[in-house]
Amino acid sequence: MIRPAEEDFHAYADGALTEIERQHVETWLAAHPEDAALVKGWRDQGVALHRLFDPILAEAVPERLTRTVMGDEGKGWRVAAALGWLSLGVLVGYGLRGVGPDRASTLATLVHPAAIAHAAFVPEVRHPVEVGAEQEGHLVQWLSKRLGTPVLAPNLKPAGFQLLGGRLLPGEGAPAAQFMYQDGAGRRVTLYVRKGVADSKETAFRFAQEKNVSVFYWVDGQAGYALSGELPRQELMVLADAAYRDLERQDAK
Amino acid sequence: MLSREAILDHLPRLRRYARALTGDRFAADDLVQDTLERALSRWTLLRPGSNPQVWLLTLMHNVFINHRRADARRLERGTGDGELPEIGVRADQDDGLALRDLGAALYRLSEEHRAVLLLVAVEEMSYQQVAKILDVPLGTVMSRLTRARQRLGRLLAGEEDTLVKLEVVK
Repeated sequence: MIRPAEEDFHAYADGALTEIERQHVETWLAAHPEDAALVKGWRDQGVALHRLFDPILAEAVPERLTRTVMGDEGKGWRVAAALGWLSLGVLVGYGLRGVGPDRASTLATLVHPAAIAHAAFVPEVRHPVEVGAEQEGHLVQWLSKRLGTPVLAPNLKPAGFQLLGGRLLPGEGAPAAQFMYQDGAGRRVTLYVRKGVADSKETAFRFAQEKNVSVFYWVDGQAGYALSGELPRQELMVLADAAYRDLERQDAK
Repeated sequence: MLSREAILDHLPRLRRYARALTGDRFAADDLVQDTLERALSRWTLLRPGSNPQVWLLTLMHNVFINHRRADARRLERGTGDGELPEIGVRADQDDGLALRDLGAALYRLSEEHRAVLLLVAVEEMSYQQVAKILDVPLGTVMSRLTRARQRLGRLLAGEEDTLVKLEVVK
């Protein structure tokens, strides 16, 4: 067997080869641990670079940038941006008129960041999560430690969605966790979890819509949960219900 | 036609790339802002069917080169002010330190090498897209990528000094 070209090793690491080329490189790597270590090193670099820079995706976009984009059309946006509500072209502010301060706070600290984080990470092809589902035990332990509260990843398999993994995110005043799930058709939903949501009365499911992203959210004890997806409302509701029930079940153990 | 709202959707990714490239929060947002202004003045030039992210990153690189020319002092240092993205949210000490090492090593790479590595590994652009964004031949993309990964590997393995000399500002 002829050693593949150096460029093919890179293309392999970057998922840029055709299936036949990929198999050729894979066969070579299986028999040549030094080359395999090289390729693994590059992949590890990629993972680490994502860990270093992905938190920027979840940051609120500075107002001057949204203002530059929206120009004079964006007066309504600008007001919302000045209040710190706006990012990603998403305007939760409209939903705030006529709601009490608790609900407004829940929207700001839970629902809005959940929708932003959903939109930011769902399109990621190679690195949608920081820690994969194959290390679920480690993932849950790590996130629980960082959030300062027990965090569980609900099992949504009966509803057709597999856990892909999760990541830690900077949140409003406290870190947050995001779990990502995917169904057989490649559709993704995310569950955003954080501690310290003000609205402790709010245990019922509530619904919010931010642009294309639908969000069902609820507060259970100290923790707030928001399930986001670009799914029909009814379908997302079923998933939210499944998540809630499974969390209850796991919690009871 | 790219709507204003559609451009907003690209902002988080543009900010990530700009920050990674410059290593400086404020320079990065300046870069994004100038890119947006350029995009808005030329958005009729975006051909139907072309990838808006590739187009925006292409504009960003042109702006970046102009910024560099305008700021020769920064060019001489070859880095931003050394500020790294905030990773303090992670308390796992080893993890934080490892990421800091990576950040330091990244800014030891030349800007050309860093750009290719980031576009491939973080922005997940195809080699052809990277060639388009940077306006260089595909072979140049491959050789820069190869060298960037080699050097980063050496730096992280401690075979080269990763310390970036920072001036102390009082």
